[in-house]
Amino acid sequence: MAKRRVMFTFPQELITQPVIYNLGHKYSVVTNIRRADVTEDRGWVVLELEGKEDAIDTGLQWVRELGVRVDPIEGDVVAG
Amino acid sequence: MPYVSALRCRECSRRYPLDPIHVCEFCFGPLEVVYDYEALARDLSRKSIARGPLSIWRYRELLPVLGEDLVDINAGFTPLIKAHRLGQALGLEELYIKNDCVNPTYSFKDRVVAVASTRARELGFDVLACASTGNLAGSVAAHAARAGMEAYIFIPSDLEQGKVLGAAIYGPTLVAVHGSYDQENRLCSELADHYRWAFVNINVRPYYAEGSKTLGYEVAEQLGWRAPDFAVVPLASGSLFTKIWKGLKELQQIGLLDDVSTHMVATQATGCSPIITAYEAGSMNIRPVKPNTIAKSLAIGNPADGYYALKTIQESEGAGAAVSDEEVVEGIKLLAETEGIFAETAGGVVVAGLRRLAQAGAIPRQALTVAFITGNGLKTQEAVAEHVQAPITIEPTLSAFQEALERRQATASARAG
Ligand SMILES: Cc1ncc(COP(=O)(O)O)c(C=O)c1O
Ligand SMILES: [Zn+2]
Repeated sequence: MAKRRVMFTFPQELITQPVIYNLGHKYSVVTNIRRADVTEDRGWVVLELEGKEDAIDTGLQWVRELGVRVDPIEGDVVAG
Repeated sequence: MPYVSALRCRECSRRYPLDPIHVCEFCFGPLEVVYDYEALARDLSRKSIARGPLSIWRYRELLPVLGEDLVDINAGFTPLIKAHRLGQALGLEELYIKNDCVNPTYSFKDRVVAVASTRARELGFDVLACASTGNLAGSVAAHAARAGMEAYIFIPSDLEQGKVLGAAIYGPTLVAVHGSYDQENRLCSELADHYRWAFVNINVRPYYAEGSKTLGYEVAEQLGWRAPDFAVVPLASGSLFTKIWKGLKELQQIGLLDDVSTHMVATQATGCSPIITAYEAGSMNIRPVKPNTIAKSLAIGNPADGYYALKTIQESEGAGAAVSDEEVVEGIKLLAETEGIFAETAGGVVVAGLRRLAQAGAIPRQALTVAFITGNGLKTQEAVAEHVQAPITIEPTLSAFQEALERRQATASARAG
């Protein structure tokens, strides 16, 4: 079992969809939300995923393809 | 006598010991160092600081290091100069330049890396690591060399030769990574999880980031213990910006500054300006972007401290400006031609942003303004290579010189006319 901490950023049109629920169900990944902020036009969620390494990878790929941005929680770490 | 007491989550305020950790286990918020300000107020004075070394370590009580064994390549205490000619060009009477181009590895990153490497060694690490497109790479490699630590440095595979060399010379293990910017970011987060290294801007980031406070301390001290009215700063992750503000506020808190009413001014290049875009939209949400600008040292599409940078603008009643790549080049040239300082693209961003805001009247003529010039122009020569005059080439005779000079003056006056 692997754990991954990520931040999802949702565009407006996806805010109302059960993306996190579906990620859990389709890919057998346990999703654990730690912090979130959703406004009218966009939202972000910081969460921990737990599951098989492959399942997390394919699940996150599916989330990205929906149009959700997936980032490591530390933001970009490649510095100037 | 260490004055550092703990790490604290910036979101939920939970406290943690001074370990190599950077996020809160509960809410995954970023951790920040907390100090015993009462003790600092009691023990520190302007005089005691003045007795310290001419480097960032004169403020060591305000930095998160516990021991005596500093990794020191003499970062900091760089010149603060009154910029008469640039000020005249921009319509600012009290303009100063904090020239951080002249740090040991030619950028302000020496401040953060000095603290990160010192703390890393205290925490028992043998290896320093980072991912960088230049400034951080050189600084980490140099500090590791000085500390006798191993260094692993990850760079994009298309990095300019000059920057590769500027890190390679110190003897680190340099790894060029193929793939997109996003892929490189992802790899580095994985590496940081996987190896027991001090990844300077990941697992020891809470310590690392504190190094930038020294820019605020120094400017205040060099101004004769007063805070500027305006501080104009280049932003990538937003860390430097928030820490200059934190530094000034701390000096006030411990009684070394009477009043801090500095307006913090954030500048970015339009090709990567997620923080300014949010500021201009009046939003506290950062929308990550794909960077595309010559200001590569500021090209962070998803800035870790973006939200806190926005809060700093808000708290300080500051401002922000994003400038085009053409303005960046003009800014570099203007600074060089008026003050004799050759800055990298981040400096061009600051000067161009300053020009915008001065023209718009957002920075008043008499305001005491400090422009933070954070990196050296020799590192980003390609940005201006096509924008400087080629030399006049002549045969070795006096008449050849005189003819060439006349021709040059004729074209110059034709262009001016
Ligand atoms: C020259 C220069 N100035 C400013 C910055 C901004 O730093 P921060 O990520 O703390 O905003 C960087 C970051 O890499 C830099 O290299
Ligand atoms: Zn927390």
